[in-house]
Amino acid sequence: MTHGTLAHSVVAPGAMSRRIAGALVILYALISMVPLVWIVLTSFKTPTDSISYPPKILFAPSLEGYVNLFTTRTRQTASFIATLPPPTTWYDRLVRSRNMVIAGPSKYVPRYLNSLVIGFGSTFLAVLLGTMTAYGFSRFKVPLKDDLLFFILSTRMMPPIAVAIPIYLMYRELGLTDTKLGMILLYTAVNVSLAVWLLKGFIDEIPREYEEAAMIDGYTRLQAFRKVVLPQAATGIAATAIFCLIFAWNEYAFAVLLTSGEAQTTPPFIPFIIGEGGQDWPAVAAGTTLFLVPIVAFTVLLRKHLLRGITFGAVRR
Amino acid sequence: MLESPSAGTLIDRAARSTPQMIAQSLRGLSDRAIAWTFITPTILLLLAINIFPLVWTIRLSFTSYRANRPNAPLRWLGLQHYSDLLSDPDIWHGMQVTARFVVSTVAIEALLGFGLAFLIDRKFRGHGFWTTIILIPMMLSPAVVGNFWTFLYQPQIGLFNYVIAFFGGIDPSSFQMIGDVRLAPWSIVIVDVWMWTPYVMLICLAGLRSIPDYIYEAAEVDRASSWRQFWSITLPMAMPFIMLAVLFRAIENFKMFDMVNLLTNGGPGSTTELASITLKREAFEKWTTGYSSAFAIILFVTIFGLANIYVKALNRVKQR
Repeated sequence: MTHGTLAHSVVAPGAMSRRIAGALVILYALISMVPLVWIVLTSFKTPTDSISYPPKILFAPSLEGYVNLFTTRTRQTASFIATLPPPTTWYDRLVRSRNMVIAGPSKYVPRYLNSLVIGFGSTFLAVLLGTMTAYGFSRFKVPLKDDLLFFILSTRMMPPIAVAIPIYLMYRELGLTDTKLGMILLYTAVNVSLAVWLLKGFIDEIPREYEEAAMIDGYTRLQAFRKVVLPQAATGIAATAIFCLIFAWNEYAFAVLLTSGEAQTTPPFIPFIIGEGGQDWPAVAAGTTLFLVPIVAFTVLLRKHLLRGITFGAVRR
Repeated sequence: MLESPSAGTLIDRAARSTPQMIAQSLRGLSDRAIAWTFITPTILLLLAINIFPLVWTIRLSFTSYRANRPNAPLRWLGLQHYSDLLSDPDIWHGMQVTARFVVSTVAIEALLGFGLAFLIDRKFRGHGFWTTIILIPMMLSPAVVGNFWTFLYQPQIGLFNYVIAFFGGIDPSSFQMIGDVRLAPWSIVIVDVWMWTPYVMLICLAGLRSIPDYIYEAAEVDRASSWRQFWSITLPMAMPFIMLAVLFRAIENFKMFDMVNLLTNGGPGSTTELASITLKREAFEKWTTGYSSAFAIILFVTIFGLANIYVKALNRVKQR
């Protein structure tokens, strides 16, 4: 009985200390959210509101940032605009009220699509290779296993700028500079190390007995891998895929050095969203918001596996 | 048994599209052969994209090669670049800036992160939800977010300056974070701390939760004060986890590039010019490919050493 109460006093802290702890953590969480909330708020401001002093928390929301993000515009005289046929859409009207005319779509959508193609392409390859390699390391005696695993992990630790010098020269020789294929291969190589380490952790947790039972029932080793191990590892594979996708989505150093047009992804593009006289902050904020929303969604989805992901599968809980 | 339709059909499709001959020979493979067929593609990819370029870098570091003049005659310089590097004030400056950045960010993140983890471990109501909220910044793109921080740091109109001025009772136009030589190093530290404290927190939290309750119960029986319990149980037992987080953050910040490149680009002057930024300037602005390759090799070797220590720390944590 005494033991029980003692344990209680330790395991469950007192109500007061718990409440103070909660208040401090919530305070930190709210402060750390301010920059992100500010990005979203700025994306709904007009350029004038966005740079007003003091900074505006309450303002009339506007979609000008999003319109500017998706279009390129040219400034025209009011008399020229008067000669045009009346605007047919709300965004035409919005742009013309600023004495501008929409000249065409901006490059944001193609860059976003590049991010998607390169992200999904490299994730698919990294997870495919990673699953096979992780299974190999998990189930078989491989000579120099620890050294190979260290080698695989160490490739991810390398500074991107240092790696970029030879990659830049190699891609120039091979004609892979500024191509989606080149970026997919590069991100696959960076992600495969994470995939192998994470998936090895997940596959290690699947009891060998399952496969052994299946093989006694007449499955070959490969059939057992496909029909027993893969379905069991499905959650792990999905979590790993999301981690790889987020890395490829967020990557900047390689993208800025190795791409310039055709294969440019969103991160190196966003700083170049400019209006007249400097950065068009509502448009930058709009581009940033649309870029960050999927990541926030995935983070919430992944929360149970985040710890594994950031420690290469070493810490499980 | 859990069947995942997506994983299953994907692999089935891959299996169906495998030519009959190969499929036949795969099916009859020994375990050993399967192990190698499963592992080799990854190793080959890494050899092609990491090791081959690395060897190439080592070779280039001995030459006068310049990537913007590929047809210029190549001179073999031996270890010339390496001895030049050691006496290059720019390189030393970059290393010093990097060291200060790494030490200050890691120290602040370790203190804040551990503190937060310790508080979250009190298991107040809704701690799961708030933990998830706190984790969001670390998943975002440092480049894209770093770019937006230049807006928050704008003198006068920037939200950061406004809030500091509001609570500090000073004029918001009296200071600028990015333009000021004294404040610029702190501007990058603040963003890094904001992004990565959650990372340290999450790993520390795992460390705190790995301490079994019976140890505290025993301490309680021995009438150890909670102060004593913290220093003799909590901290030492969470230490391997703290080390793991600190080491990884040190490695990551040693090679920091994206956030700082967009936030300050090494400026003003060269007050925030980290090693990676110096390397970028040498390699992709001055195009001294041979020289920068030598610098890259020095960074490689340093990271390789740190990675070795990190993997040891990983294995220590894994055994728990």
